[in-house]
Amino acid sequence: MNSKGKEPFIHLTKRGAIPPVKAMMIRLFAVVIALIVCAFITGLTTGINPMEVYSSIIAGAFGSARKAWITFQDVSILLVISLALTIAFRMKFWNIGGEGQVLMGGLGAAACMICLGDKLPNAVVIVLMLISSLVLGGLWGFIPALCKSLWNTNETLSTLMMNYIATQLVLFYTIKWEVPKGSGKIGIINQDSHAGWLPQLFGSKYLLPIIVAVIVTVFVYVYIKYTKHGYEIRVVGESPKTSVYVGINLKKVFIRTMILSGALCGLVGLLLVGGINHTLTSTISDGRGFTAVLVSWMAQFNPFAMIATSFVIVFMDRGAGEIATRFDLNQSFGDILTGIILFFIIGCEFFINYEVHFRTGHKNAAGRKEAGSC
Amino acid sequence: MKKIISLLLATAMTIGLCACGGAAAPAAADAGADQGSDKLNIKAGFICLHDENSTYDLNFITGAKAACEKLGVEAVIKTNIPEGQECYDAACELVDQGCGYVFADSFGHEDYMIEAAKEYPDVQFCHATGTKAHTENLPNFHNAFASIYEGRYLSGIAAGMKLNEMIESGKITADQAKIGYVGAFTYAEVISGYTSYFLGARSVCPTATMEVTFTGSWYDETAEKEGATKLMSDGCVYISQHADSMGAPTACENAGVPNSSYNGPTDSACPETFISYCKINWEPYFEDSITKAAKGEAIPADYVGTLETGSVVIDHFGKNVAPGTEEAVEAAKADLIAGKLHVFDTKTFTVEGKELTSYMADVDTDPNYEGDHEVIKDGYFNESGDGLRSAPYFDLQIDGITLLDTAF
Repeated sequence: MNSKGKEPFIHLTKRGAIPPVKAMMIRLFAVVIALIVCAFITGLTTGINPMEVYSSIIAGAFGSARKAWITFQDVSILLVISLALTIAFRMKFWNIGGEGQVLMGGLGAAACMICLGDKLPNAVVIVLMLISSLVLGGLWGFIPALCKSLWNTNETLSTLMMNYIATQLVLFYTIKWEVPKGSGKIGIINQDSHAGWLPQLFGSKYLLPIIVAVIVTVFVYVYIKYTKHGYEIRVVGESPKTSVYVGINLKKVFIRTMILSGALCGLVGLLLVGGINHTLTSTISDGRGFTAVLVSWMAQFNPFAMIATSFVIVFMDRGAGEIATRFDLNQSFGDILTGIILFFIIGCEFFINYEVHFRTGHKNAAGRKEAGSC
Repeated sequence: MKKIISLLLATAMTIGLCACGGAAAPAAADAGADQGSDKLNIKAGFICLHDENSTYDLNFITGAKAACEKLGVEAVIKTNIPEGQECYDAACELVDQGCGYVFADSFGHEDYMIEAAKEYPDVQFCHATGTKAHTENLPNFHNAFASIYEGRYLSGIAAGMKLNEMIESGKITADQAKIGYVGAFTYAEVISGYTSYFLGARSVCPTATMEVTFTGSWYDETAEKEGATKLMSDGCVYISQHADSMGAPTACENAGVPNSSYNGPTDSACPETFISYCKINWEPYFEDSITKAAKGEAIPADYVGTLETGSVVIDHFGKNVAPGTEEAVEAAKADLIAGKLHVFDTKTFTVEGKELTSYMADVDTDPNYEGDHEVIKDGYFNESGDGLRSAPYFDLQIDGITLLDTAF
């Protein structure tokens, strides 16, 4: 290194606006590198041909019509939770309580199915399930928002803590409704009468959540982008002080938005209990309330980009299960690959936000697009 | 977050795994399996709640692999399948892949297996620990369990012998012979387990008493460890458990309190305090039911593996076991097989001070937990009886056992 100390070997500059195509190219490049790294790790640690692993990941998600349907169903569930959280994230209200809001929605639906399933006509039961899911989910969003409005509490902590309360409530009712006694399991609710089971659309078990997800995606996009509420949310997110200055009632926006966010999570609880599992367990959300935070961030709070990010997560998860079965590997191996791919996807945002320059010897280093091998 | 937790658990369980690896392969029984050179034309699918890091699931995976290898049948094993619609999906995917036999290992899988069984009448669905096959009237849905209460009784004898040794050496007095037991739920399977274990211990140590605490989870290392510690501070001088983590055995090893385990021996992790263990060997059932499914023969709605079929295994004791234990256990085992000895002999226990002459057990699953079958027969409680169901239904609270908390 005989540099005179004037120009460092690498230096970074903040990029201005980057064309979307270029940003996409950088992301694609990151995924390609991630796949190469995964291939090396697979080959070195298991001795299995990485191509076979990749093809069985694809087979795990799309190997049969049923597998494809389940993949899309799982994407839909994760997507709706992510969209619900996004509404709150847009106003920089960090709702980490998706898990609890989903559970409360599920609890409301299960309560109606168990207590009213054989007493009221099916349509009435389903309407009551919908109402109680939305109300309970909304309530779980309302409480932290109220605390924030009244006492300026930290919403990250309070929404997180609400999850544990919801889990304990579900556990309590699981023991109350368990069959047989002592088993700690509710089992399929109304397995013979199907009371309170959400209808199958066009004879498909998997279609309902997918349609709900499409509607919610469009709704959230329009709500944030084109409505007065959405405008207020964005202003609050950009600068609470400005919003007060322009006459937006901060407390009202917090509370209204969190009720909506919680209610949408509650809707997922309804889908999980009434439409998919037909039972209630404390693990029915399976951590998706937290995964959705990642999905939302990776998509930079863009509802349509979230379709892609939730797809990546579900696709890899389904693939992980398949390689566990096919190669007698532990599911954790699939999770390692997912971790590597996410690392690169998230890491490449750095190269979208910053430009990397290498010392070229010339005074004005021509801008290079990427620096893959650093 | 969940992944991190499971990773930590995996690390913790490695110790337990080593223990299982060291166990001698149990003598395989030839329960109804008449394998010749003819290969069975069937593919077998297995659905497991967790993966091989859980001692419970490892026990099934080991049995499934051994049975399929023996029969020359291809096995497809799906792990980490939750007790929800995922189980139905997994079962259907296995059928899509050409499996003519599908097995699920966890209690909560049952309803979803029934859903799949209704949809695919040509495929045989078998389920461990379930309670509904005998009332569901589906010709292709079957339950299986084992008379593990006999194994626990024998394991209890080893505990009683150890208590006697402690009394003789002056370590404790006769009325301090209190056993602690960490259970998962107040479920009949657990109640049947600790009661049989206690009766085994009391059959050799007449002053033995027992205290039971519940964790409300089948796998909660911290709660199980805390439960065992609580029992020890309550004066329990011997601990056993019915939950799937190493929590209680580890607490015992740290405190130097002897312990009996389940699913597998723990002597590599707890060399000083491991005394006895019992487990269910699923290989005989897999061989039997897969063979029948392949040949189109009827699989019974309820299958109860026994000491005789090699399904109930107690074959290995710790180094600090009391002298004469193995002989005593072998003698009792022979008597159990011969039918001379019954674990739940009504002469050996009382309920609220009275000997039991009649009891209606909740054999048929219903939301009101109503008793529906008389289970006292020829002077003993007929656990997992013929014509009833394979999963345990002994849910009586007998004298001598104190339940500390029954919230679960």
